[in-house]
Amino acid sequence: MNHLLIAPIVLPALVGPFIILVLRYHIDLQRIFAIASCVFQVILGIVMVSQANSGLVQIYELGNWQAPFGIVLVLDRLSAMMVLLTASLGLAVVLYATGSRWDERGENFHALFQFQLMGIIGAFLTGDAFNLFVFFEVLLIASYGLMIHAGGTQRFLAGTQYVVFNLLGSALFLLALGTIYSVTGTLNMADIAQRVAEIPIQDSALIRVGAMMLFLVFSIKAALLPLHFWLPASYANAPLPVAALFAIMTKVGAYAILRMYTLAFGPDVAATAGLLDMWFLPAALLTLLIGAIGVLGSREIGRLMAFAALSSVGTLLTAIALMTPVGTAAALYYMIHSTLTAALAFLIADQIFERRGGEIAVKPVMSQNGLLSALFFIAAIAIAGMPPLSGFLGKIMVLDAARAHPLAPWIWGVILGGSLITMMGFARAGTLIFWSGYGLDQKKIPISQNHDNGETDEDNHTSSRLTLVVCFALIGPLIAHTALAGYILRYTEATAQSLFNPQVYIETVLANRDRPVTSSHDDDDAHAQHDETQSHVSTEEEH
Amino acid sequence: MELLIASAVGILSAAGIYLVLRKRTFPVILGMSLLSYAVNIFLFSTGRLMTGAPPILNKYQDMAYTDPLPQALVLTAIVISFGMTAVIVMVALAAYLSSRDDRIDMIHDQTTGGDSQ
Repeated sequence: MNHLLIAPIVLPALVGPFIILVLRYHIDLQRIFAIASCVFQVILGIVMVSQANSGLVQIYELGNWQAPFGIVLVLDRLSAMMVLLTASLGLAVVLYATGSRWDERGENFHALFQFQLMGIIGAFLTGDAFNLFVFFEVLLIASYGLMIHAGGTQRFLAGTQYVVFNLLGSALFLLALGTIYSVTGTLNMADIAQRVAEIPIQDSALIRVGAMMLFLVFSIKAALLPLHFWLPASYANAPLPVAALFAIMTKVGAYAILRMYTLAFGPDVAATAGLLDMWFLPAALLTLLIGAIGVLGSREIGRLMAFAALSSVGTLLTAIALMTPVGTAAALYYMIHSTLTAALAFLIADQIFERRGGEIAVKPVMSQNGLLSALFFIAAIAIAGMPPLSGFLGKIMVLDAARAHPLAPWIWGVILGGSLITMMGFARAGTLIFWSGYGLDQKKIPISQNHDNGETDEDNHTSSRLTLVVCFALIGPLIAHTALAGYILRYTEATAQSLFNPQVYIETVLANRDRPVTSSHDDDDAHAQHDETQSHVSTEEEH
Repeated sequence: MELLIASAVGILSAAGIYLVLRKRTFPVILGMSLLSYAVNIFLFSTGRLMTGAPPILNKYQDMAYTDPLPQALVLTAIVISFGMTAVIVMVALAAYLSSRDDRIDMIHDQTTGGDSQ
């Protein structure tokens, strides 16, 4: 077994408690360890992508229990790509939080951050549906802490809503898993895929209910339209660097949809065929549109960026909803772009917020107005999907993939119209923020804005240059994503092909299924059952 | 027994959903707890109901056994939902103490999300 697979989960799982237990009062050491951990995760991510690039699917059996009974981690192209994306985003955000001293405004920022990364990366790597639930909980618990980091009335109120919404999601997740387990008798994703494929269509009612509930859970995470209400308030009221990290959270939902609905409940599976056809695509298009309209109507910079993130999730889900290999390849390309730009947008929003407050209204000119307006402009064209950055290429690919779809005119119309509205929204916000300023009275700005916690006044002046360096550094991957589009697209196309032909995945995961434990058949069964209990008990202990 | 379990799940979920839709945080938290009880009982029953049977399959194949997996799942779910209830109580308490109001719908938030930081 290749122990590389578990390394990016174990690393933050060790660094997080170490920071809490040993480095509690040493913020500098906390920063050093957190940044070092993130750097190592990026390296691990790069190694994973290079290993997965050959099309090899690797599994890691936790505790060496064979696949349908124990928990497995699976590394294929999709998970490797997502791990690298998460790790890169984590590194950028942790550097920014250090530079802007956000990590000093409350307790345990770096430890929670490591747990958050552990949960996200675990969710991308696991091959077991119940383990997916556990990792969702890990990332959610950490996100509750990060969401209310540094406190403040609005943040606590928004945090309460966020926690309640996600707890409801978790309850629904368990109901869905219970239903699926009661039909298939397994929770291993590859095994579920095999069992679901054997269910005759007349017995499919219960599995359809389970699959649908599971889809609702993932839609909550991905903020698909009727379930998106948590997103704008949470993102706008979270500390904005944390919101930048949350840019990957909606992608966890999108990833889970992509994984489960190609592997287990795919378009060719008789039992669940046609489950999403009717309304997944319209809901995704509406998400895009609502996001774009929200951008136009926002009166506050955090909310503006939150709606921009919602709109890009809408585009992503539209591409996934096509449920074709071409659409999925485009979706994966756009997913990288969307995560990076959303993070960039939130970091820039934080810079603007620190200097002049969040309202999109006419105010005194802030310091470094020109520099920030340049950054804002780059983020705006990246989000709206204007050339020359990768948003343009991503949207072109999505449009191209949608050409054969019966709803193509609608898809084209909404994506192009949404881009136009988003662009107008950003033009309006940028004009008000950067061009309509008056006077040069910079001293007043921090005092008037920070009545919630006065001690941050000092921080504004000591916030280091690292923050702007990180913002500019995030543009680097965007340019690379554009310049190397050919290579990346080849990778995502191969990913999409293997997603829609999951035999390799299933066979690799279940390869050891019939590995003999003892000679007698009776004993074999007894051991198998025993394994099942043991492995799940050990999961509880781990988490 | 099926009827008992089924109605317990149904009644707990109905009461939980009703409470979750209330305006103040305390009933909402109670609703979440009821809902998580309903989920736990439901999960427990997904391995089929069986009384007085051991949760392992032994050598004597004719002996009935009950599925051990849902029991392990329920344990995990109980631990997680218990921890989550503690978290939401603390967050809701912080929100209540700083705003002197335990409404959950963020009535003051409509336009001035900006002064939160």
